[in-house]
Amino acid sequence: MTNHWVDLKNSDLVIVMGGNAAEAHPCGFKWVIEAKKDRKAKLIVVDPRFTRSASVSDFYAPIRAGSDIAFLGGVINYLLSKDKIHHEYVKNYTNAAFLIDEGFKFDDGLFSGYNAEKRSYGKDTWKYQMGKDGFAMVDPTLQDPNCVFQLMKKHYSRYTPELVSKTTGTPQDAFLKICEMMAETSVPDKTMTICYALGWTEHSVGSQNIRTMALIQLLLGNMGMAGGGINALRGHANVQGITDMCLYSEVLPGYLSAPTDADVDRKTYLEKRTPKALRPNQMNFPQNFPKWFTSLQKAWYGAAATDKNDYGYDWLPKKDAAYDVLAIFERMHQGKMNGFFCQGFNPLASVANKKKVGDALAKLKFLVIIDPLATDTSEFWKPHGEFNEVDPSKVQTEVFRLPANLFAEETASFTNSGRVIQWHWKAADGPGESKGDIEILAALFLKLKAMYAKDGGKLPEPILNLTWPYRIPAKPSSAELLMEISGKALGDVFDPKDKTKVIVKAGDQVAGFAQLRDDGSTSCGNWIYSGCWSQAGNLTARRDNSDPSGLGQTLNWGFAWPANRRIIYNRASCDLSGKPWDPKRTVIKWTGTAWGGNDVPDMRPDAAPDENVMPFIMTPEGVARLFAPAMADGPFPEHYEPFETPLDKNPFHPGNPKATSNPAARVFKGDMETFGKAKDFPYVATTYRLVEHFHFWTKHSRINAVLQPDQFVEISEQLAQEKGIATGDKVKVRSNRGFIKAVAVVTKRIKTLDVDGKKIHTVGIPIHWGFKGVTKPGFITNTLTPFVGDANCQTPEYKAFLVNIEKV
Amino acid sequence: MALQSLDIARRSATTTPAPGVRQTTEVAKLIDVSTCIGCKACQAACMEWNDIRDEVGVNHGVYDNPMDLTAKSWTVMRYAEVEEKGKLEWLIRKDGCMHCADPGCLKACPAPGAIIQYANGIVDFHQENCIGCGYCITGCPFNIPRISQEDNKAYKCSLCSDRVAVGQAPACAKVCPTGAIQFGSKEQMKDYAAKRVVDLKSRGYDKAGLYDPAGVGGTHVMYVLHHADRPELYKGLPADPSISPLVSLWKGFAKPLASVAMAAVALGSLFHYVMKGPNEVSKELEDELEKEDTK
Amino acid sequence: MIRNPKDLARYDAHERANHWLVGICFILLALSGLAFFHPAFYPLTQLFGGGVWARILHPYIGVIMAVAFIVMFFRFRALNVMTPADKEWLSRAGEMMNGDDHNMPEQGKYNGGQKAMFWVMALSVLLLFVSGIFLWRAYFSLPVDVVRLGAVVHAAIAAIMIAMIFVHVYAALWVRGTVRAMVYGTVTRAWAKQHHRAWYRQVTGKS
Repeated sequence: MTNHWVDLKNSDLVIVMGGNAAEAHPCGFKWVIEAKKDRKAKLIVVDPRFTRSASVSDFYAPIRAGSDIAFLGGVINYLLSKDKIHHEYVKNYTNAAFLIDEGFKFDDGLFSGYNAEKRSYGKDTWKYQMGKDGFAMVDPTLQDPNCVFQLMKKHYSRYTPELVSKTTGTPQDAFLKICEMMAETSVPDKTMTICYALGWTEHSVGSQNIRTMALIQLLLGNMGMAGGGINALRGHANVQGITDMCLYSEVLPGYLSAPTDADVDRKTYLEKRTPKALRPNQMNFPQNFPKWFTSLQKAWYGAAATDKNDYGYDWLPKKDAAYDVLAIFERMHQGKMNGFFCQGFNPLASVANKKKVGDALAKLKFLVIIDPLATDTSEFWKPHGEFNEVDPSKVQTEVFRLPANLFAEETASFTNSGRVIQWHWKAADGPGESKGDIEILAALFLKLKAMYAKDGGKLPEPILNLTWPYRIPAKPSSAELLMEISGKALGDVFDPKDKTKVIVKAGDQVAGFAQLRDDGSTSCGNWIYSGCWSQAGNLTARRDNSDPSGLGQTLNWGFAWPANRRIIYNRASCDLSGKPWDPKRTVIKWTGTAWGGNDVPDMRPDAAPDENVMPFIMTPEGVARLFAPAMADGPFPEHYEPFETPLDKNPFHPGNPKATSNPAARVFKGDMETFGKAKDFPYVATTYRLVEHFHFWTKHSRINAVLQPDQFVEISEQLAQEKGIATGDKVKVRSNRGFIKAVAVVTKRIKTLDVDGKKIHTVGIPIHWGFKGVTKPGFITNTLTPFVGDANCQTPEYKAFLVNIEKV
Repeated sequence: MALQSLDIARRSATTTPAPGVRQTTEVAKLIDVSTCIGCKACQAACMEWNDIRDEVGVNHGVYDNPMDLTAKSWTVMRYAEVEEKGKLEWLIRKDGCMHCADPGCLKACPAPGAIIQYANGIVDFHQENCIGCGYCITGCPFNIPRISQEDNKAYKCSLCSDRVAVGQAPACAKVCPTGAIQFGSKEQMKDYAAKRVVDLKSRGYDKAGLYDPAGVGGTHVMYVLHHADRPELYKGLPADPSISPLVSLWKGFAKPLASVAMAAVALGSLFHYVMKGPNEVSKELEDELEKEDTK
Repeated sequence: MIRNPKDLARYDAHERANHWLVGICFILLALSGLAFFHPAFYPLTQLFGGGVWARILHPYIGVIMAVAFIVMFFRFRALNVMTPADKEWLSRAGEMMNGDDHNMPEQGKYNGGQKAMFWVMALSVLLLFVSGIFLWRAYFSLPVDVVRLGAVVHAAIAAIMIAMIFVHVYAALWVRGTVRAMVYGTVTRAWAKQHHRAWYRQVTGKS
């Protein structure tokens, strides 16, 4: 979330799209209700199903799963063609005025630079025109045909209400009504917020779904505002924490891009990642990259990391290929992976194409499960009737189950969707022989280290040099780890303006990332968390909910990254002169000498408005990017069909089969054949959570099992009639990858949509069942889903695929 | 459960008044259906606080589960898909005891002290006095109490009388994530409801209103409804509930009247005997037969 | 009381046993039923081991009584067919109550009052049995309105029947020499001749 949960209450218009906040985030959803009750806010829900969120909405519109960009692109077209944008904001705070390379083209669904063989883009033309002064060129009048604003206008002019309705199945009047309601927030003192979740991310165009909404929020001037922003509702209590700590291979903690084979040494690596400002006077905050990275190296290797050895740069693994979850299982499936540590993860249930995952796991030598529950994955080898048909004699994998504690059995921290890190205290001891995850990993590490020390090995340094300064090495405490993450001074740290003045004494905790250094004098496990445990103590344990502004900022409750800032980009909540766009909802303001107000300013505190330092300090431009070359699949979002589409062509590019689905999405060899075709699988399926359950955990809990005991799928009355299915009947749902059986819930809440002249039926498939637990045994929903992901981050396309259905 | 800290206003099968000198604030739970998302947290909280666990059932083609109230499910959410003027609405109502001011269950109950109405309005079952006859079910206008198949006692929502007695809100109100379940004094709840009704009317629900049916003397569980003119849309919430005339007849004035009538018959007989004397065989007949015998 | 060999046999042993089985069941049912009928009678449940036992036992006793009553019904049904003489008797019942039975018409084994009682009892037991089934939650689950109707019918008929039984018992006590008919099975000839002269003639062959 750019904003935070409580801030939802400050909104005038709440959009729930690509998510179902009431269902998946019922506690946070209370703030939407507060906005409705206390601010007279309106709630709009756009979803293939009339959801629990829709049940309390003011306006609902149906949409075909996988057509969100068409819908949102249509909104952009509406805003631009009706001139319902926040002009001053767009002109000053976005790259609307920036001139783009003249070679940049968009032609029938493909951007310039496409390589069909590699399914990827060369980005030579996706760049700014640079001036002689070394800065990007701009046209403040926004009239230059090559300026971002004009390119954008042209790009989205194709998204007419007719084509939008034809593609999405949303009735045109409903679509226009929503455009109108959104457009009302283009005035400075009205804000709109968006609550989305995996309904947007889990598509082959997932990242672009979100970007399209970001463009809308920028056009309306809602970023940085109280009650505005782009708000990703995270699916676990601590999934924000997991991403922040970057427990996956693409990035290092704090979203520092991971080194690859091309980054042969530290210098090359840092140069590539330390940008120069693209406009004068901008903060260009990523220029501090070397400080964050060096401090991270010091946190890992301690005294062993010195300037002589590039602070241990060579000990870091260098990425040679993709290591996202789909790539991991692809590699395993090819037999190129021997062992798998599976910690707090149930991939058999939660990764696409269960059969492929099961086959892959069967090729391992060993599988270690670290989990509080006996997961389905831990018994992938065991026959459970038709729910898990497997021949154990064909499985060579040795499986180890290490019982771990549940979060309530540990004292540690959670980071919620609003980036607020909150310390929590253990409520009970774990049962039986269960141990905390930290203790389990420490035991593994110490054993491994001892083996390396004794026997040596190909590259022992990364293990042997790892610093392990914990009081009880076999049992590091969460507190020690959070202090390490927050960072400390290893030597005295001096004021850059006055080299004689010590600002942090050696051994003290740093107050924030501004005190980090690239000379080895500081260590910090995650720069964005820096300051959460300062000399003042554990700030994440604060529980003062006083709220002087009434905006719900509660700056003394926990600690929000970065720098305890509750609303990021908050400088954009003020006009150029530093006055809030809406004084009733002042987030920050220029006091004459400094930035102050009700939040930690996202701005150099003494940057006077006339210095022209723009609010989006994390870009070298200082402004937000309407045109974003960093995206893998295009600087402007474009509608592409899901890889399994019920249409035979992309309605936006009917003549170009290459542009039917995301041309830059990765498809593994052999997986293209596993995609089903509309003639065999005519119905659009989408998977989702139910409020009664939490993923695949709560099927182990009696209370949850009582509330939603049994697997079901949802279909419209029309489809039920066509197929002779009555509510309560048992049905079989098939995709090209397998089948599940479930009880049919026939409902008015799913409507048959009129898409491109075809009747499109939707089959809704909740995910929560499996063969382990106390609910009625069920099929793993991901038996059905396709093994393809988003072009940028490879999140699998769980939300739009094709199935057939029949009564059994 | 018996709670000395709550004043008792009425007691089942008891003909004399309860101590009534002390005054207690009437409480109420307000269920704002228009902000309820049907998450069933109330059902979960009810199970947890009261230590009850119903059976793991099956899906019947609807979201409702458990499908109905049971001795182990004191509250359930009921889901109704309603199309109003072409607009779909998913009306979700938490069902459970309404804690009537004039409780049909209490009126029907033959076991002294098995059903209690506290001065704060809560109607509570005291299972230790319950004889399992099910008359409470017969008496309830809302079809709420259920007899356990295991122990043959009647059960229903207690409005967490144990929590309320120590100044806590009922478990369901405590956990409700959206604030759709509010708890406080009945006056406060009515005020709050009035505000909600204004908001709903501003959103086009002309008939929004408070459900506090007069037919049972008002209730201590009330609903804010978008369609207060048609409560039956909400999975059969009765439009104008009252204690059935049959129950009133059965447990009302007929009861003492019949008792008196029975006593009158008994007494009448006695007085008849005393006043008219026994009906004996006449002396002549006896003599006549004696004469016959001696012949 | 002196037993005279010339006494007339009114009830055989089976009939007496049958009657008393019904009678005892009725007393138990009335006591337990009254306990649920009005709070004033609730202490009667103590006779049955408390409220729960009273609730458990009452319907089972009811079933026993219903079965026993059916047997009795078929034993006595033929004897209880109403005749014009019975109707006349009924119209003059007031005089008899006043102690003047001189104008009463001649009666067979049963007089009009007894016959009326028989049919009222039969109907009452039928209604009590059926409505009682409606209320028996241990085995039956019927729509609540049916149960409510059942409750009213059960209570009303029970009250009527209790009153009737009072009358029945009082009549037996009031008409001296009657009780022994259901105890030893015999009545004196004089009793028979006075109260049931037609029956007396029939069994003795005398005028």
